[in-house]
Amino acid sequence: MPLGPAGCLAFKAVPARNMLSNFFQLGDYIILKPEILLSIFGLAILLLDLFLDDAHKYWNAILALAGLAFAIIQVGLFWEAAMAHPGFLPYAAFDGRFTLDFFAIYLQLVILAATAIVILISVRYLEIEKAHHGEYYALLLLAAVGMMALAAGTDLIVLFIALELMALSEYVLTGFLRRSRRSNEAAVKFLLLGAFSSGLLLYGMSLLYGIAGSTKLSVISARLAERPADDPLSWIAMITLLAGLYFKIAAVPFHQWTPDAYEGAPTSITAFLSVGPKVASFALFLRLMIGCLWPLRQEWQALTIGVAIATLTLGNLAAITQTNVKRFFGYSTISHVGYLLLGVVAVGSGPSGRQGLTAILIYLLVYAFMNLGAFAVVVMLRRKNIIGDEMNDFAGLMSRAPLPAVLMVIFLLSLAGIPPTAGFIGKYYIFLSLIETRHYALAVLGVAYAVVALYYYFRIVALMFMKEAQDTVPLASGPGLRLALAVTLGLTLFIGIYPEPFIALAQQAMRPFFS
Amino acid sequence: MIPTQWFLLLSVGLLVIGILGVLLRRNVLVMLMSIELMLNAANINLVAFSQLWHAVTGQVFAVFVIADAAAEAVVGLALIVALFRNKETVNADEMDLLKW
Repeated sequence: MPLGPAGCLAFKAVPARNMLSNFFQLGDYIILKPEILLSIFGLAILLLDLFLDDAHKYWNAILALAGLAFAIIQVGLFWEAAMAHPGFLPYAAFDGRFTLDFFAIYLQLVILAATAIVILISVRYLEIEKAHHGEYYALLLLAAVGMMALAAGTDLIVLFIALELMALSEYVLTGFLRRSRRSNEAAVKFLLLGAFSSGLLLYGMSLLYGIAGSTKLSVISARLAERPADDPLSWIAMITLLAGLYFKIAAVPFHQWTPDAYEGAPTSITAFLSVGPKVASFALFLRLMIGCLWPLRQEWQALTIGVAIATLTLGNLAAITQTNVKRFFGYSTISHVGYLLLGVVAVGSGPSGRQGLTAILIYLLVYAFMNLGAFAVVVMLRRKNIIGDEMNDFAGLMSRAPLPAVLMVIFLLSLAGIPPTAGFIGKYYIFLSLIETRHYALAVLGVAYAVVALYYYFRIVALMFMKEAQDTVPLASGPGLRLALAVTLGLTLFIGIYPEPFIALAQQAMRPFFS
Repeated sequence: MIPTQWFLLLSVGLLVIGILGVLLRRNVLVMLMSIELMLNAANINLVAFSQLWHAVTGQVFAVFVIADAAAEAVVGLALIVALFRNKETVNADEMDLLKW
């Protein structure tokens, strides 16, 4: 029996004979192969690290990249199998608790690519920080496993465990610079607020279990639809779930941890936090809101409109006055979350909001690459004896290092949403979905804040082009950083100029929810 | 048999104590303990509903949550120890290098 996707098909055809074989079919484990592979590579790195001396720690990174490559190929094979056999997806593994569909595959590919780019920009940075330990890569891979399971989980237990696997790895990575007080402090604050939000989310999940008597999202959704609209138990469950989810995606008023965690964490981990967990948390948000709380969509749409406006306002206005680059990107991330929430508002309008889901998926893809590109340049500013995370460290970059400066301008243009970069495509589809669902005022507000965003992103450009350089120490560089910059730049420009294939992918990924 | 409503009242009480503990207390260790209270409030719900529905799923969920709470405590205490080595305090108000 082949252990590839074709093997899954063979097993799917065999009817289950008893309870136990519902849970333990070999085909289910084939669906889990990318996650299992990544876990094995993560544990292998912990072992390998024992035998490496300080000069050869980069082998950990190479092993981690190999694991990610295997996982990407495996997920790609699922996609190929789904194209060849139209009945293959959605594959409900483990009795419908872990569902592989195009939505899951699309987000898993984004998560894996983002993790790989983070590893590429980490190697040089960790050498400079003298914190080049194997645990760093192992934790990144385990966080990636959690994020992949978040994208595919359709059961409360699976989703909760996946969320915690991701979150616990993040806390440790944030505090990875053990001797830096800022890193310690950021990690403790992140842990307290992150665990607090997990507690709220879990309480909401326990109430959902009480309502339905099952932890499967599809069963809960059906039971919720049977209950009266003003049922207090459903309301409390929805409110606690939303509060926990707003924390995880860093929406106002639950955003306080973001700037602190971003400023204190190692820069490469700030890049990771701003992309990977955001994508995964939005996967969880969409799975719960569309796959589970869909009968309550008018209620959560109303709440999300308020939160989206507050998030856009605070994120954009607070970013204007920041002096620390990492804190600045924290607020910039909050404003991007505001745009993504506008997409969620469009989705909440019902079947007419299906373009909103496409828009969110495109935005997440685009945002991941442009933000990682900008962070790659920020990481280059960290040199021996220069921390390089203040705005003024960008002064005169154009005369000192023209190529990174020009790349930074492109990434900032994309973050601000200027054509022909990818950021424009993301924002365009969000606004389009708002107009299709008749949220004209929100669309206007979104465009207005895009102008504010242009102003604060161009503060960095002005510093790079107009000011005198403060020091002459050359930027950090290395093969990993160069490759990461090339990939992120290529995708940022390519998606901006020729978006059609990516939009087709996103539309396919949207279909499991709106067929 | 005790009706499920009583368990719900107990769990809401625990949840509120936990939330207030995190928001009002400034000692990081007490905040961590309050978070454990919140997780246990959810556990009581899960086990009570498991009884109500005559299904074991809720109890399985509760066991997973207990294991997760233990992992969270390990990571939390390790981070607090790392912080305490650099700055001898467990008071959240004195963690002021990064603005709250």
